[in-house]
Amino acid sequence: MDHLEKLESKSVHILREAYREFKSLCMLWSIGKDSTVLLWLARKAFFGHVPFPLVHIDTHCKIPEMIQYRDQLALEWRLNMIYGENAEAIQQKRTFPDGTVDRLTCCRSLKSEALRHTLSGEWPRYRMEHALKKYVPDESRESYTGVIVGVRADEEGSRSKERYFSRRDKDSEWDIAEQPPEVWTYYKTDFAPGTHVRVHPLLDWTELNIWEYIERETIPVVPLYFNQGNGRRYRSLGCWPCTNPVESDARNVAEIVAELRTGKFVRIAERAGRAQDQEDGGGLETLRRDGYM
Amino acid sequence: MRDQLNVVMVGHVDHGKSTVIGRLLADTHSLPEGKLASVKEFCRRNARPFEYAFLLDALKEEQAQGITIDAARCFFKTSNRDYILIDAPGHVEFLKNMITGASRADAAVLVIDAQEGVQENSRRHGYLLSLLGIRQLVVVVNKMDLAGRRLDAFEKIKREYGAFLQQIGVHPKAYVPACARDGENIAVRADWYVGPTVLECLDAFDKDAGPFQASFRMPVQDIYKFTAAGDDRRIIAGTVQSGILRCGDEVTFFPSNKTSRVKTFEHFNGQAPVEAGPSQAVGLTFEDELYLRPGEMLCKTGEPGPHVASRFRANLFWLGRSPLIFHKRYKIKINSAQAVAEMTEIRQVLDAAVLSSTKKTCVDRHDVAECVFETAKPVAFDLTSELETTARFVIVDQFEIAGAGIILESLPGRHVALGDHISHREREWEGSVISRVSREAQYHHKSKFIAITGSSDPLCRILGSALEKTLFARDFKTYYLGPASLKSGLDADVESSFDEWDETIRRLGELARIITDSGQIFISAIPNADLDDIAALKALNAPNEIMVVNTDDLLNDQNVPSLESAVRTICDQLIKETIIPDYSI
Repeated sequence: MDHLEKLESKSVHILREAYREFKSLCMLWSIGKDSTVLLWLARKAFFGHVPFPLVHIDTHCKIPEMIQYRDQLALEWRLNMIYGENAEAIQQKRTFPDGTVDRLTCCRSLKSEALRHTLSGEWPRYRMEHALKKYVPDESRESYTGVIVGVRADEEGSRSKERYFSRRDKDSEWDIAEQPPEVWTYYKTDFAPGTHVRVHPLLDWTELNIWEYIERETIPVVPLYFNQGNGRRYRSLGCWPCTNPVESDARNVAEIVAELRTGKFVRIAERAGRAQDQEDGGGLETLRRDGYM
Repeated sequence: MRDQLNVVMVGHVDHGKSTVIGRLLADTHSLPEGKLASVKEFCRRNARPFEYAFLLDALKEEQAQGITIDAARCFFKTSNRDYILIDAPGHVEFLKNMITGASRADAAVLVIDAQEGVQENSRRHGYLLSLLGIRQLVVVVNKMDLAGRRLDAFEKIKREYGAFLQQIGVHPKAYVPACARDGENIAVRADWYVGPTVLECLDAFDKDAGPFQASFRMPVQDIYKFTAAGDDRRIIAGTVQSGILRCGDEVTFFPSNKTSRVKTFEHFNGQAPVEAGPSQAVGLTFEDELYLRPGEMLCKTGEPGPHVASRFRANLFWLGRSPLIFHKRYKIKINSAQAVAEMTEIRQVLDAAVLSSTKKTCVDRHDVAECVFETAKPVAFDLTSELETTARFVIVDQFEIAGAGIILESLPGRHVALGDHISHREREWEGSVISRVSREAQYHHKSKFIAITGSSDPLCRILGSALEKTLFARDFKTYYLGPASLKSGLDADVESSFDEWDETIRRLGELARIITDSGQIFISAIPNADLDDIAALKALNAPNEIMVVNTDDLLNDQNVPSLESAVRTICDQLIKETIIPDYSI
C-alpha cells in the first residue's frame, strides 16, 4: 500500500468504528476540501452509502458558490443533508460584517453556538427533502452523541494534539489537559451521559495528502479553489469577510499538488489567509475549547 | 509515491525531547515561514530565553508551564521520506498521553540527559515501547555540552541503559551523543563525533511492511446491509491485521466456527481489489448467507487458527484513575470483540521504572502487572509471541481506556468467576422449610426451567405461550415470562449498557433459580441464545433442572400447524423425564 492507501484505510477504519459505536451519529460538512474528502471516505467505508446525516452550519456569510455546490452534491449523492444556524444573531445583525462585533465573537456566535445548539437539537434544523428538492424543518430533535469532523493535525497547534476520538462535555468544551488515552487502534467509544464524542478520521492527513487524494479519486470540489484567470484562488474556504484568496496560478488539482509539493506554498501555513486565527495569541485554541471545529 | 514513517520521541521529563524535534524541524527547513521568528519574538516580549521546544508546545498551558502536556504531531520530510514526528510528554502525570503518542508510531527516539543520566521515565518509557510493540529504537544522549562533550560520559550511559534494555529484550539500532540546543549531531554532525546523526538514524529506520507472511487475521468490525437504492449486498467489513486473503479462499470465523468461501471484494470508486493484506480496510461478501455478529475473527481455513478461550494470562499496563481490582466487571475490547471481563488473579506487579516485582492485591495507576483475565464469553485472540497485533486488548473503566495489555498465554477452564459466584450464592441460600418432596407431592409435578430459543423471535414467544396454556390446562403450576416483560421491568436499568446481554442472561438465570425453587414450571423465551448463554443459564439455575428447546428444530415458518405437535413433543419429553405425570396411564 502506498501512503494514500494507508491514510485511506485508517480513516475508513475510524469511520466504521464510529458508525458501529454511536447510535446517534452525524458528520459535519463545511463544504471545504477536507470535509468533502471526509464525505468521500464515508462513501468508501460504506460502499457508496452515507448512513448518517451531514450537518452544515450556515453562517449566511459563506461564499454563494459553496451553498450551491452543497445542495447540488446533496441531491446527486442522495445525502441526508441538514443545516442549522444562529437565526437570532443574524437577524439582530450581531456579526462582524455588520460591524457590531469583532471576528472572534462573530465566530463564537455564528459557528460555535450555532453548532452546539444544532447538534443538541435545541435550535431548529432544516433537512433536504429530496422529493421537493428543498429544505424543510427537520422533525427530529435528537441530540447527536457522535460527531465526525474533518480537522487535520497539521493545521495549527491545538489540532496537532487532538485524539481520533475526542471527548466533549455537555457545553461542547474540550478539556485539553485531561484527554483520554488511545492505544493501538482502540478508541474512546464509551461516554458518560451528557457528553459527546468528536471523531477525527483525518488527523494524520496533510494539506498535500488531501489534494493528492482529490486528484487520485477525482473528487469534485468547489471551483473557488482554482485560479479562474485572475491569478488568485482560495487555499482555505470559510466566511467571505474573514477568508482571503491567495495569489496563485494553479488552475486545477494537478497544479495545486505541484504547487504544494515544490512551489511557493511549501513553507506557508494553509490558514495564513484566515483572519480570526491572528487575533489573541491562541485564537483558534480559544475557539476550539468552546467547541469550534 | 513517497514513504511515510511515524516516529515518537520519548524519555524522561526535561531531557530535551521537544528541543530535539524543534531542532530537526528548523535544521531541515521544515518550519512554516515566519514561525521561528514569531516564537523568538514571543520569547523576547515575555523576557524568556528562546528554546526550540517552544515551537512544539503549542497549547497556552504548555507554553506557560514550559512542559509538554500532550503528544503533538509534527510533519516534516527528508529527501528519503515523509515523517510524522510525535512529541510525547516525559512527565509521569502525562503517561497516558505518552502511550497514546507512542502507540501511533512505527519507531522511537529515546532521549537521555547526559548529565542527569538514566532516570525513572527513561526506563519506564523503554519498557512501554516494548509492551506497545515498537521494535525500532534510537537512543539519543542529549545535552552533551553539560558533560563537556566527553565520549566516556556517553559510553557510560550507553552501557548502563543498554544493560537495562537487554533485560527487556529491546535492541536499539544506534546510540547518538548530541547537543540539541546547539544543533550538534541532530541534522548536522559535530567535529567531535564520527557516527550517524539523529536524522541519518531516522532515515535508516525500516518501514515495516506488515506481517504478510503470517496467518490471515481480520477481526469482523461490522456487517452491513444497506438497502437504499436496491442494494442487496451483505458486506462483512474489517481491517486486515496479518496475512493475505484472495477471492475464492475458504475461510473460518472464530469463535463461531462458521465457514464459507470469499465471493467478492466490495469497493466504491476505482478498481476492485483482488486480494487484501495487512492494514487494509476491506469489505467482503461470501458464498453463504452468514449470520454473524461483529467481534468474530475471520481466518483462512487450513492456516493455524487463533486461540478461542475465556481465560488468559497477560501483561498489562494500567492507566486508570481507580486501581484495577478483583471481581469487578470491566469492559474488555479485544480485536473487534467487546465483552465483560474480570481480573481473577495477579501473578506479579512490576515497577517498570526499576523492574522490581512485588505482590499486590490490586494494580495501581502506572503499574505493569501480569494477571489472569476471564471473559464472560470465549473470545478469539493470538499470543503476543505468535502474532503481535491480534494479541492486544484494552480494559475500559468509567468510560475510558484504563489498561492496555498483551496476551501471553491462553488458559483452560471457563466461567471460574461465574462458578465462584454460584457456589457463594448456594452457600448463602436460605432454604425453604417446605421440602422439595412435599412440594412435588402437593403440586403433582416437579419443577423445571424451560428455556425456548431459536432464530425467530416471534416463534419462541408463540411456543412459550402455547406451552404455558397447555400445562396450565392440566392444573400444573406454571408461568411464561416473555422477553419484553423482562426488558422493560427487571432489566430496565441494563438497557444500552455494554454488558446488557450478559446481564440479561444473568438475571434470567437468577430468576429461574427462584421460581423453580418454588416448585413451578418456569418458561421463558430467549431468542438467538448461543451455547454459552445456555451454559450460563444452566449454571445459574442449578441445582434445579433446565430443559432447552430450540424452535429451529421443532418448528419452521412453512409448517405453522405443527405448533401443537411441538407442544406435544415438549410434554412428552417432560413425561419421559418424570417432571409431569403421564395422564394416559
